[in-house]
Amino acid sequence: MALNEQDVARIARLARIELTAAESEHMLAQINGFFDIVERMRAVDTTGVEPLTHPVAAIEDIALRLRDDVASEPNQREANQKSAPAVENGLFLVPKVIE
Amino acid sequence: MTDLHHLTVAELSAKLRAREISATEAARHFLARAKQHESLGAFLAVDEAVTLAQARAADERIARGDAAPLLGVPIAHKDIFVTKDFPTTAGSKMLAGYRSPFDATVVAKLADAGCVTLGKLNCDEFAMGSANENSAYGAVRNPWDAARIPGGSSGGSAAAVAARLAPAATGTDTGGSIRQPSAFCGITGIKPTYGRASRWGMVAFASSLDQAGPMARTAQDCALLLSALCGPDPDRDSTSLDKPAEDYTRRLDDPIDGLRIGVPREFFGDGLAPDVRAALDAALKQYERLGAKLVEISLPRTEQAIPVYYIIAPAEASSNLSRFDGVKFGHRAKHYDDLLDMYCKTRSEGFGAEVKRRIMTGTYVLSHGYYDAYYLQAQKIRRMIADDFQQAFKQCDIIAGPVAPSVAWKLGEHGSDPLADYLADIFTLPGSLAGLPGMSVPAGFGEGGMPVGLQLLGNYFDEARLLNAAHRFQQATDFHLRAPEGF
Repeated sequence: MALNEQDVARIARLARIELTAAESEHMLAQINGFFDIVERMRAVDTTGVEPLTHPVAAIEDIALRLRDDVASEPNQREANQKSAPAVENGLFLVPKVIE
Repeated sequence: MTDLHHLTVAELSAKLRAREISATEAARHFLARAKQHESLGAFLAVDEAVTLAQARAADERIARGDAAPLLGVPIAHKDIFVTKDFPTTAGSKMLAGYRSPFDATVVAKLADAGCVTLGKLNCDEFAMGSANENSAYGAVRNPWDAARIPGGSSGGSAAAVAARLAPAATGTDTGGSIRQPSAFCGITGIKPTYGRASRWGMVAFASSLDQAGPMARTAQDCALLLSALCGPDPDRDSTSLDKPAEDYTRRLDDPIDGLRIGVPREFFGDGLAPDVRAALDAALKQYERLGAKLVEISLPRTEQAIPVYYIIAPAEASSNLSRFDGVKFGHRAKHYDDLLDMYCKTRSEGFGAEVKRRIMTGTYVLSHGYYDAYYLQAQKIRRMIADDFQQAFKQCDIIAGPVAPSVAWKLGEHGSDPLADYLADIFTLPGSLAGLPGMSVPAGFGEGGMPVGLQLLGNYFDEARLLNAAHRFQQATDFHLRAPEGF
């Protein structure tokens, strides 16, 4: 199934990526080229096969751990905000969201 | 000492402990080499003051009688590991100037073991690539031929080790990013079982595949480093396995008499270049001379690994990379209308073409109406691929084959055709999807005098057996000792 320009525009919107017309056209051709090989995968009969998420689960039960809900890190606000694009009074600044 | 850079980690370690050289001398020597060979593009960040301070601390530990095997050994880190003392970019404009408030677990473990950090190494943007041509900071050149790519995504790591700019480096492997550049640059690299090494502080690409590992010149050096960097990290990485770290050097010298080596017929088809095949045939004969037995096996879903991987990895990447929104760290666009526009412009400016392509693919396969047909189907075939390996391991102890279908190609040769790069990953992807440990071992030379790597794959947690097989091979061959001309 080939994608069209509207699909690319929709996906770009979902992914929060802005594409120029030229980029969009290029992207469409490349994604469609890739999906040609994906079609072969879709034909595989996977009836009754469980999806594999943690690869070692192929041989043993793997449960994702939860750690105790306790504060383990010291306050590092300054270190954490050192690489932020815009900070004021220890807060991250973003454009106005609510009118 | 002018030939310090030709010493292996094990040899350097012996000289450091015998106090024939100091950690400071070693660090200075390698820093000078990094500067001398800047044109390779291997390093993205060096900081002499930081490195020398670490070296002095190592010298003090040595003076106090500390005999830890990696104490004072200089190494460099792929720029995908976050570091407190060096900037971290992940090869992306998005993280230009970023300073992490903490060290990745792998970095911290190697620092505790006494390693001295020489700097950060170039890589494909967010580790997405097979040629290191996707770095926002320029391509890396292959020390064996400056017109060729070093492989990717750990291309800077492989080039630095091959050019003797560092005795060893860290890398990460999502679909072959340790094994393939190791093969292309004629060095030795190992990716352990998924979950063996902590992913804490590794800038995330595809969380169910990403795995750290060492790249060095010998299997022995890889064993030394792997022993130090593995181990459970239960509070910080939920996928880290509760298996204690091992001393991987212990079994290196075991005989391999009677070792059953599986040779997958799907790895030796028409797609394999004749020069690579010739080198591998000779390597397999060498193994027979060492007492191993070759067994023909089948990995029937080898070709499916390409679409399965290039669905799963971008899906996970699209989710992981949603954190880059210009709010808490990294790049933010200068001009925008509102919050949404800021996100879009920030991401469009900060990400390179391949990263955008993968985010787009991933977003699509996870979107409503397509999830079952693509992502879930890929995860099901992923299990079938893992099961195929378990069938194969009933007949053999390890698996051997090519790392890549050809030797390193020329810079720009694949142009802007991402599929050409994807297809060249065919032999590393199955092991990655199954989460198995895998190695690349120098096994000869092909077209243009370029190195050929032998891929060894083991069953889960069988890193020691792989390293043993690689070490025995290296006792009988000298491919791993050859240096590219001019280095």
